Amino acid sequence: MSKLIVSPSPHIHSKDSTRSLMRDVVIALIPAVICSVVFYGWQELLVLGVSVASCVLLEWAITKYMLKQPSTIGDLSAVITGILLALNVPYTTPWWVIVIGAVVAIGVAKMTFGGLGQNIWNPALVGRVFLLVSFPTYMTTWSAPKGLFGADAVTGATPLGAIQEGLMSGASVEELTSAYNYRDLLFANLGGSAGEVCALALLAGFVYLCCRKVIKPWITLSIFATVALTSLIFWGIDPSRFTDPVFNLLTGGLVLGACFMATDYVTSPMSLWGGVVFGVGIGFLTMMIRYFGSYPEGVSFAILLMNSVVPLLNMWFKQKKFGRK
Amino acid sequence: MVNIIIWTIAVVTVLGLVLALVLYLVAQRFKVEEDPRIDEVEKVMPGANCGGCGFAGCRAFAEAAVKAPNLDNNYCPVGGNDVMAKVASILGYEVQAKAPQVAVVRCNGTCEARPKVNEYDGYASCYVKSLLYTGDTGCSFGCLGCGDCVNACQFGALSMDPATGLPVVDESKCTACGACVKACPKKIIELRPKGPRGMREFVSCVNKDKGPVAKKACANACIGCGICAKTCTHDAITVEGNIAYIDPAKCKLCRECEAMCPTGAIHGVGFPKPLDKDAVKERIKIRQQKAKEAANV
Amino acid sequence: MSKRTFSIGGVHPHDSKISRDCAIQALPIAPTVYISVAQHIGAPSVPVVAVGDKVKVGQVVAEPGGFVSAYIHSSVSGTVKSIAPRADLAGRMSTHIEIAVEGDEWLESIDRSDTLVTEIPEDGKAIIEKIRQGGIVGLGGATFPTHVKLSPPPGSKCERVIINGCECEPYLTSDFRTLLEKGEQVVVGAAILRKVMGNVPCTIAIEENKPEAIAHIREVIARLGFEGIEVMVMKMMYPQGGEKQLIDAVMHRQVGSGALPISVGAVVQNVATALAVYDAVQKNKPIIDNSVTVTGECFPRQANLLVRVGTPLQYIIDYLGGIPADAAKVISGGPMMGRAVANLQAATVKGTGALLFLTEKQTRRAPETSCIRCGKCADACPMGLEPFLLNKLSKAQDWDACEQNAAQDCIECGCCLYSCPAHIPLLDNIRVGKGAALNAIRARAAAAKAAAEAAKK
Repeated sequence: MSKLIVSPSPHIHSKDSTRSLMRDVVIALIPAVICSVVFYGWQELLVLGVSVASCVLLEWAITKYMLKQPSTIGDLSAVITGILLALNVPYTTPWWVIVIGAVVAIGVAKMTFGGLGQNIWNPALVGRVFLLVSFPTYMTTWSAPKGLFGADAVTGATPLGAIQEGLMSGASVEELTSAYNYRDLLFANLGGSAGEVCALALLAGFVYLCCRKVIKPWITLSIFATVALTSLIFWGIDPSRFTDPVFNLLTGGLVLGACFMATDYVTSPMSLWGGVVFGVGIGFLTMMIRYFGSYPEGVSFAILLMNSVVPLLNMWFKQKKFGRK
Repeated sequence: MVNIIIWTIAVVTVLGLVLALVLYLVAQRFKVEEDPRIDEVEKVMPGANCGGCGFAGCRAFAEAAVKAPNLDNNYCPVGGNDVMAKVASILGYEVQAKAPQVAVVRCNGTCEARPKVNEYDGYASCYVKSLLYTGDTGCSFGCLGCGDCVNACQFGALSMDPATGLPVVDESKCTACGACVKACPKKIIELRPKGPRGMREFVSCVNKDKGPVAKKACANACIGCGICAKTCTHDAITVEGNIAYIDPAKCKLCRECEAMCPTGAIHGVGFPKPLDKDAVKERIKIRQQKAKEAANV
Repeated sequence: MSKRTFSIGGVHPHDSKISRDCAIQALPIAPTVYISVAQHIGAPSVPVVAVGDKVKVGQVVAEPGGFVSAYIHSSVSGTVKSIAPRADLAGRMSTHIEIAVEGDEWLESIDRSDTLVTEIPEDGKAIIEKIRQGGIVGLGGATFPTHVKLSPPPGSKCERVIINGCECEPYLTSDFRTLLEKGEQVVVGAAILRKVMGNVPCTIAIEENKPEAIAHIREVIARLGFEGIEVMVMKMMYPQGGEKQLIDAVMHRQVGSGALPISVGAVVQNVATALAVYDAVQKNKPIIDNSVTVTGECFPRQANLLVRVGTPLQYIIDYLGGIPADAAKVISGGPMMGRAVANLQAATVKGTGALLFLTEKQTRRAPETSCIRCGKCADACPMGLEPFLLNKLSKAQDWDACEQNAAQDCIECGCCLYSCPAHIPLLDNIRVGKGAALNAIRARAAAAKAAAEAAKK
């Protein structure tokens, strides 16, 4: 027998670790990744590869050469950022744009704040929004999916983008939405960034995360509920100007944002009610941007805006303490 | 176009002037009257805000010093006599020069002398460790080795020696603020006078166990045998509770105790030459013989 | 009826009750026992024997050193060899009475027969005095003197006695075995306790993972015909056995911060304490032994032993074949709240409930990584605290903020550290903040008291 270990209680530990939780998120993203590769072909695979590789390499390089600390890439959070960034850009995006996105996501939004756990905004979203603002041409010209073995790509706009343009040119919503049917939206076959295309694959990942108790469903559900409710009200008032709830739920990366970006541990509130308020805020802001903003798509901005108030939400909505009022 | 530019400039200028006026009025209205000497005193302070004086920071010290009737209870250990002389001249007080002090680690239970008997696997803090148990060595008094003192030191004067597992004081950086003394849950670190030309003698152990118990736990422990006290011709050493203590005010730095200590628990620091134990022992022997003969006569 | 549990937080570790089928057997008496005079919360007891005295089993060897203190009895017969400081399991020195064992001679006043005495004395005061004389302390872990708990301050009224048979800590089975083998005695003990508190109803709370015990105790209650005692089946959840959590689960009442259970009309006693109460009141037998679970996956001989108080841990381990080679940690108590043993020569005390052996793989802490703000610690905390925040405040030594964020309410159950995926030593640091907050509260109370007295004069 060697020396006994002595430590304060407790002496056992749950099997959860940061790495195992992040691994679950990666697993949950696999259906969406497979889906997007199937629908977009090898180019999407390239986007994913470049994105993940540059995120991981950057984090490794920053910890090693700038912070001179032990590497943190083992926790797999950079992998998730890479996948999410890739799912948030069109598959036609040139590789160097993605690398710039990764630099902003990991270098600016994550490591500048002190790495995992310290960042205020979701790194992948910061990267995405940076690209959206800096390279609008690449980021808003979408190509219709051509599939793994498909025909030549046809350049077009995303459903939301098309409607925004159509509305400006005076068409009514009914005319514009008639071009899409919901089955297509749910099963993925419309133009958009990779992650926008298959709602069902993303939802499967979300259900997996909830079952594994990695995340709690409140944030996501309250986003869906708010988006549905807000659009129901506006659509009810004037169906020719405002799109309907189902269309809003299934387009524009809402599912990806609500399931995987808004639920990021670091940038979301901890308590149940904090999470609900956070979700309601995201849902409402998303709809406001979609209906009244100049960007066709509002989820990214809405999440980033709500990320900023998370410390406040954490302060306001606390678990009731035992035996106290 | 030109109109717009002119208007913009005009509006911004007027706005700036109005706001400046508001700021000025508010500042006048809520002005706090303070003794200007507080600022003066604060200026000459070291500005480390270490709390070594017992106040929250240099400003708090300055406030207290200005209010106090004299400077007897207000002393900045970091600034030392120079700063205190300046403070005294600002406030018109007298100040007595104090001997400069330095932090001294009173444990020499190195890894070899004091083998580990179990392994600690909690948060690396001496305080947390001390709440849990007496430590991972047989000695329940000695250094816990997690470096709370190192973390407490704002001047970078303390560091853990990986070879011994004990903290080392960098005398050139130590300001004797006492933060480490407060941080150490085992009360091992003591502020002692630096001594003439930095030379001083001290017992580097605080183990109060009986000799055999202490010796079993640590080869370098003070076993309270009292040889040092008997050897000392200056009445500087007392042995109480199985532990010897050298009174720095009485110690004449003859190093005889150090030479005679059977466990090497007494340390001499800052001496120009290493201690020649045999020579000193010889000297003591001769002296004791002479004393004996004198007594017999 | 759905099974009850407490309302906030909690974790659900694997229950690992691998020693559940081992009947309680008596451990042979050690050649020498060391009885500590500080084995309860409160003032240490004062030895009343001298070196060289002959003592019998059950004889008082130390008297209470204050109101919150307890009698201590000799657990063996023999000669007092020394009364000297000795290291406890954490290496801290406290006075121990060393007794060299000679035979096993009991005081005549103790009824050693197996006959079940169901008739309960009428006089409540006399019962409490017997409990006090029996040196009974809470055997659930806190070792708070029982007679103090049974003497509520004036103005407070007990509405329910809860017998805690949850044994929510993984591995531990001594309470379970006690319920199975000494069910009758426990029920009579419960009846005594409810009588003392004024014939209030009594609930014996048992977690669902002990169906045999639940059935057995229900059968015993029906057979003995005691009224006012019921068994309540609890959902498996740690830390259900925590006093505040159990009251919340059973009575749906929450004890306030810093308040005693009696403030909501509850008195909670452990199963082992109920048995000790029976022994003391009905059989005149003070606490001289207690059941200790010796267990762990790496330990070949699972056992539930009846151990005399003051037996060196090493003696128990040697009796069962020594420490296995792959055991890296020995814990006195359960894996969540037990204390790691640094000194195997330490002797058992009244509150020793288990010796648990864990391998390095089971117990070694993983390196700390950054907090990912997942909130798992806050979800797990049964007191509704925010461990991640308290950890930071405590490390920053911001004691005022620790107090504002209720660090003093922490029950040190370990749920936060257990659930943290980043392996942050939350509880290690929160303990420090809790201590500081409690000190500040006590200092304020003392100052207020002094000021009030000064105002009187």
